Amino acid sequence: MTQNPERRGSAGMPDSVAPDFVSIRAVKLRHPWRWVIGVVLLLLVALVIIDAAQREAFDWPSVGKYMFDRRVSLAALTTLELTVSSMVIGIVLGIVLAVMRLSPNPILKSISWFYLWIFRGTPVYVQLVFWGLIAVIYNTIDIGIPFQQPWISWETKAALSTFALAIIGLALNEAAYMAEIVRAGLLAVDAGQDEAARALGMTWFQSMRRVIIPQSMRVIIPPTGNEVISMLKTTSLVTAVPFTLDLYTRTRDIAAETFNPIPLLIVASVWYLFFTSILMIGQFFLEKRFARGVGELGRIKIPSSRFAGTAAVSPSLADPDSGDKR
Amino acid sequence: MMTPMVRAEGVVKRFGSNEVLKGITLTVNRGDVMCLVGPSGSGKSTFLRCINHLEVVNAGRLYVDETLVGYREKGDKLYELHPRDAAAQRRDIGMVFQRFNLFPHMTALENVIEAPTLVKKTPKADAVARGKELLDRVGLSDRMNHYPAHLSGGQQQRVAIARALAMDPKLMLFDEPTSALDPELVGEVLDVMKALAKSGMTMIVVTHEMGFAREVGDSLVFMDEGVVVESGDPRAVLAKPTHERTKAFLSKVL
Repeated sequence: MTQNPERRGSAGMPDSVAPDFVSIRAVKLRHPWRWVIGVVLLLLVALVIIDAAQREAFDWPSVGKYMFDRRVSLAALTTLELTVSSMVIGIVLGIVLAVMRLSPNPILKSISWFYLWIFRGTPVYVQLVFWGLIAVIYNTIDIGIPFQQPWISWETKAALSTFALAIIGLALNEAAYMAEIVRAGLLAVDAGQDEAARALGMTWFQSMRRVIIPQSMRVIIPPTGNEVISMLKTTSLVTAVPFTLDLYTRTRDIAAETFNPIPLLIVASVWYLFFTSILMIGQFFLEKRFARGVGELGRIKIPSSRFAGTAAVSPSLADPDSGDKR
Repeated sequence: MMTPMVRAEGVVKRFGSNEVLKGITLTVNRGDVMCLVGPSGSGKSTFLRCINHLEVVNAGRLYVDETLVGYREKGDKLYELHPRDAAAQRRDIGMVFQRFNLFPHMTALENVIEAPTLVKKTPKADAVARGKELLDRVGLSDRMNHYPAHLSGGQQQRVAIARALAMDPKLMLFDEPTSALDPELVGEVLDVMKALAKSGMTMIVVTHEMGFAREVGDSLVFMDEGVVVESGDPRAVLAKPTHERTKAFLSKVL
């Protein structure tokens, strides 16, 4: 016994409840099957890699040759442009549709609902084909008073390139999905937050901008990250417009010349994977940024004694700046 | 003679066919603390929310500082207020909620300076100085840079009080401010409220803390089923309730 008997006595505790706490040193339980399964799986993976490296159909020299082919890297850039432009338009339109859906005005609500019904209810591939045929349906784009001679008129075919049509098609389809994501985010914020903001004299817009939207971002960002990654891959469908300069269509066209499709499929896949990985890193940092004030309780040590006394200030606390200042 | 801070004349509030307030008539004088007590569902909180125009009154008139709440009166017609004007009315009325409703993505200090800088366009430096002073007043000068999640319930509620005070309100409404707190944290919030009452703030407090009502209340109103059953000096009402329903309620909570 290492404990001082005098102290024990003064604490008024019987001897039996003051044992010596010796750390337990038990013999570790072995898990032989974990090792067996692990080794077997590693061997299998090694086999697949060795096999793939030697298999002629993959034609690795061609993969290396086309990976940084100018046509391919330009197509990769085009795919990135398609993704970014249609996502930006999709998000902005999605926010508008979500706010319309939550508005007390029944007409705004119904229009938003109808939009979602159409654009979520039909395949994006079909929509892209429709956009490709827009010039057949509407020969000209007119601005003016309806049923009167238009002030300005453009020929649709000249005004909208296939690139623009691809972006319009992808963006309008995306807006329908983003609207639901944004709506879920706005609804996830406790109603008390808006009430507190309004009780402080904020208007609807001020409460939205400073209180509701920053909090809903936590709910909105993860699925939006999914949407961006999904969009990157959906751009491979723009061949339906037909727009042919994106990553997949371009590599497919090159393969059609060389009669060797497999290495070019690998080239396209590696590029898609590369962009997806970058997007995932970006998403990680965005999520961290909007997680301010939630979770991370472990970052501050909170001594339980601080509740003692009423409004007393305990000097033993860590300095307040040790909080979430990043 | 001084005009009252709050004057309610036959205030009625309905949710669909459910009449929650059935003609509330009362006045709160400047600098007074009025405690609203009663069983849950009696309409106390709804009445408080009407004063702040978070709910719209269906009948009767409600005046804060002699200004009609929620409507504009012209001739014998009432006009609904534009949301912008309603927001302006709320600026001068502070409200503290049962569930605190602090903004979780802002630190304590950011919570306090948000409305002054955004709504009143107070320069940031001035708002920060005033915010620090207010947080000091509620005993939280060492918690300014903490997020609400890192504060105890009692501390959060004190931040909420400081946040409401930052708008320099002429009237403070408390909606069961200690009901969501652990018993040992109630005292620290009541202490802040007592100090505030002493400083001359006009307060309406919906509460079940009869000790608080007895100590700092200038008047006590007992509500049940949407009507004022009994009112008067808190010490008198609590010691000698005259109405049966008041007696029955007090025997349960005291």
